[in-house]
Amino acid sequence: MNDQSSDPEDGVGHPAGTAYAKYVLDNAYDEMFDGNGASRPHYRALQARLEALGPEEMTRRQQAVDRAFLHQGITFTVYGATDSTEQIFPTDCLPRILTATEWATIETGLKQRVEALNLFLKDIYNDGAILSDGVVPHDLIYSCRQYRREMRGVQVARDAYVSICGSDLVRTENGEFAVLEDNLRVPSGVSYMLTNREIIRRAFPTLYRGYNVRRIEDYCETLLATLRSLAPGYHSDPRIVLLTPGIFNSAYFEHTFLARRMGIELVEGRDLVVHNNTVYMRTTSGLRRVDVIYRRLDDDFIDPIVFRPDSTLGVSGLFNAFRAGNVAIANALGTGIADDKAVYAYVPRIIKYYLDADPILPNVETYLCREPEDFKYTLDNLEKLVVKAVGESGGYGMLVGPHATREEISAFRKRLVADPSNYIAQPTLALSRAPCFVEQQIEGRHVDLRPFILHGERTTIVPGGLTRVALKRGSLVVNSSQGGGSKDTWVLNE
Amino acid sequence: MMLSRVADSLYWMSRYLERAEHIARLMSVQYSALLDHEPIDNDPSWVRVLASLRASPQGSNQFAYRIGGSLPYRITGALTFAMNRPPSIANALFSARENARQVREQTSTEMWEQLNRLYLTLRSTSLESVWRTQSTDFYIDLINGLHQFHGITDSTMSNGEGWHFIQLGRYMERAQLIASLLAFHFGGVPGTVTKAADTPFEWYNLLKMCTAFEAYCKVYTADIRPNRVAEFLVFDPEFPRSIRFAVDMVQAELQKVAPESNVHRNGKAERIAGRLRAYLDYGQVEEIMTDSIQDHFADIQKQCAEIHDAVFETYIAYPVDAHIA
Repeated sequence: MNDQSSDPEDGVGHPAGTAYAKYVLDNAYDEMFDGNGASRPHYRALQARLEALGPEEMTRRQQAVDRAFLHQGITFTVYGATDSTEQIFPTDCLPRILTATEWATIETGLKQRVEALNLFLKDIYNDGAILSDGVVPHDLIYSCRQYRREMRGVQVARDAYVSICGSDLVRTENGEFAVLEDNLRVPSGVSYMLTNREIIRRAFPTLYRGYNVRRIEDYCETLLATLRSLAPGYHSDPRIVLLTPGIFNSAYFEHTFLARRMGIELVEGRDLVVHNNTVYMRTTSGLRRVDVIYRRLDDDFIDPIVFRPDSTLGVSGLFNAFRAGNVAIANALGTGIADDKAVYAYVPRIIKYYLDADPILPNVETYLCREPEDFKYTLDNLEKLVVKAVGESGGYGMLVGPHATREEISAFRKRLVADPSNYIAQPTLALSRAPCFVEQQIEGRHVDLRPFILHGERTTIVPGGLTRVALKRGSLVVNSSQGGGSKDTWVLNE
Repeated sequence: MMLSRVADSLYWMSRYLERAEHIARLMSVQYSALLDHEPIDNDPSWVRVLASLRASPQGSNQFAYRIGGSLPYRITGALTFAMNRPPSIANALFSARENARQVREQTSTEMWEQLNRLYLTLRSTSLESVWRTQSTDFYIDLINGLHQFHGITDSTMSNGEGWHFIQLGRYMERAQLIASLLAFHFGGVPGTVTKAADTPFEWYNLLKMCTAFEAYCKVYTADIRPNRVAEFLVFDPEFPRSIRFAVDMVQAELQKVAPESNVHRNGKAERIAGRLRAYLDYGQVEEIMTDSIQDHFADIQKQCAEIHDAVFETYIAYPVDAHIA
């Protein structure tokens, strides 16, 4: 992977105070400081509190935070050749703070986006109007690996193809939020959002109380209500289960967390059977009918009869039960087509097409290598761009031009020329920075934001999200598998 | 109501823990016996222990170790540390832990931590260190740790259906292990030169293997006689390691699992358990102390296996058709 460290000497300044000696202010937007190194109004109370506590007390509290995570067993799994180990997802103790105004834009923007994406999914799996109108090219959709032919004409409860969405937002240099990608399949991270809050508010009770932070604690209730609203309407008390791939999945902790908080059964594929297009779970008291499945399993593994026959994680016959309308599955199958990295570039046009409105949250400028002009631009500017393979996620299969060596660029160029339509390019973003407590000092680290959108009978977003942090100095990669951490995110009341 | 898979994992976790404790106790008794006499080739006490666990001394020969070479040394290595070869304590603890890991959200954190601690302690102990001291301390600590696990389970886990499956597994395993142990002590090991136990020292060790010596003395005084030992370990209604006690518990737990299911009540498992219980409740030691004593123990083990199969068929891996109206 590229070493993305940038030289601190590039910085144009530092905020005043010895605690901030290593804090770099440059062209990236800073969450805490304005261009002159003065604290933004909503960060003043935090700054004052940091000064009052001093580095030793802060160290003590950071240790208390780390200990709390360890004791609660909040871990993710890292796979090795012979053994897998459980690691803590590091959490920085300083909250990332968003104002009510900033949140209002994010909230309306994401609701608009999820609404449009759901209409888009319904359209491409039914009439395909957006394709025949030439807004999105046919071949882009039909050649995409995430397009599920099997979903054509399938009735989806409330037309909610995507019920649980986690979109990644970044702040560009002018302080505006933009959508970097949508996660419409099985987005994860919400358990970290909730436990970060539990632990950080305990570590900084005075600060928390003074800030008038909006609550996120009802997320699980809202998720449960969303899932319930999808149930086939034959009885009032539907049985909802969470389908996990099992203990070897890296997000298994989150699966157990959500099942426990919602009070629903955590099931594996082998716990379910389909008979006569109806899904049952095996219990010691016999078979019990299942009405809604919150699945944390990719499409490919859901049903070996319809999708990958070699998979043992799913349930034979599940897709037919779903198609027959006897069970709701959230998210529906085939939603991956709408978060494909190439389709992403069309989302502003998709919003315009269905809602006749301009997108409230912009996309990051994207060059589609399938289009000759964009491809030429990309080839000419590889050292400036971030190039991503459309089918990859988690920070794999990408080139970060400004931080790559000459050899890396030329190797990547070969792959790009061999299969241009598999790639997109974006300008290298200067992700915004937020203050972090590092080695007894405050330093800036690049962050993004993943809010979680729930879409059923209504669309709701709990005010907050998972702020992911690139903990390595200068790094822009926030993925947990690549040295990322997280922060509690405080959205303020007016 | 609980998922069949979860019930299965809890049941097996518990069986494996009982097995680990049983092997640890056999080892600690055998170790302290080593202080009194040097082991001989085909030492009958070891042969009976191995036979009762369905392990063979030939099998344990396959392990090559750097030092030592005596039979007890090899058996210690095999029965305590052989991770991939049941029966062994390491294998039983590993299997218990794997089962617990699959259902972590169904047990308490304290239970998981205790089980994990026991497993990691065993993994970081070497055969050489146990053998060098020939001390029973290692096994005693392990047994205490397992007792602690049961205490933690009883005081931190809801006494609901999952807990009842844990109890069921524990007593099912115990009834079978004790029956097997008694079979080879009272009947010798068929196909070998090893006869039934016949010295007071051997009967004393058998009682120790079941932690029954003190309890036995309270009933019969320290006058140890084979038929009294048999009566106590088979028919005593109050001693927790008698076969009768274990079967009573199995029958009681079977009444409590799957409370929401009325179709299974008085099903196959309960019928067999009830029959076995009646045999133990009303049986007399004179009836079994005959030349065919082996058959009695074999029959008890067979009926336990039938109960196990019936539990599996009724609650865990039942045919789907049976439940669809």
